[in-house]
Amino acid sequence: MKALLIILALMMASPALADSNLPPAYWANRQLPDPRQEEQAKALMEEIRCLVCQGESIADSDADLAGDMRDMVRRRIAAGEKPPAIRSWLIQRYGAWITFMPPSEPATWPLWLAPLALLLGGALVARARLKTRKRK
Amino acid sequence: MKTLRFVPVALVGLIVVALVWRLANPPDTDVQSAMVGKPVPAFATPAALPGKVSLSSADLADGRPKLVNFFASWCVPCVGEAPVLTMLKQQGVHIVGMAVRDRPEDLRQFLSDNGDPFDRIGSDPESRVQLAFGSAGVPETFIVDGRGIIVRQHIGPIVADDVPALVRAVKEAQ
Repeated sequence: MKALLIILALMMASPALADSNLPPAYWANRQLPDPRQEEQAKALMEEIRCLVCQGESIADSDADLAGDMRDMVRRRIAAGEKPPAIRSWLIQRYGAWITFMPPSEPATWPLWLAPLALLLGGALVARARLKTRKRK
Repeated sequence: MKTLRFVPVALVGLIVVALVWRLANPPDTDVQSAMVGKPVPAFATPAALPGKVSLSSADLADGRPKLVNFFASWCVPCVGEAPVLTMLKQQGVHIVGMAVRDRPEDLRQFLSDNGDPFDRIGSDPESRVQLAFGSAGVPETFIVDGRGIIVRQHIGPIVADDVPALVRAVKEAQ
């Protein structure tokens, strides 16, 4: 009975109106006819952050805005623009945050150096441990 | 050597403290536009409705500072923002609108329900102008000065408390 009530309530609930009534942009979910261009577009879309679902790339996100961004990327690549130019256009507007491939600049050096430092620390710990074991 | 034993425990403790701190202070998910301080990007859009005036970047450099409001009929917070925009208009602020991913019939209904404070409304069906402004959602509002320079970004709906500061900012943007 309770389950039936819950199902009825779910059927009556209307979804939140937070999406556009317009269909997705033309190139949002369509591959470019030229496979080389599509490959370039795909690689770029996988490293551009969705502005709505901020942990996802625009290649993975279902948000309307991500679809519009995919449309923009494919359109520009089809028009002959190079991926680095499109990336820097986006960085000009949203900052380096928009890409999952942070540029190497002083602020991001710790990010690139951290794995090396951790590996080195681990090696030191392992060495110390192995040494004490030998002594026993 | 003995003191070094506590290093891993201390590290784990530090990570836990960092996680708890992040839970208590959730990150700001607003996306600031890097276009503030720069000229408006070049664009030209058709009128969003027959009878409304279209919007292009040239219209934003006509000597009068303005609010450029990115909105949509499908955007719930925009409904709450509409009366506040009307208040701003009554205080002499020029407002132009950019209807993002909208259909004329929905937009017409939205304006007749919530009022129409816009001097012009452009249509941005593929969010291209929105992306060019470095905007990440609706509603978002930019103050553009008389020379067409973006001087400020307001993310999210404008509420009544924001009105005095916005009116002042628009006056200063002459």
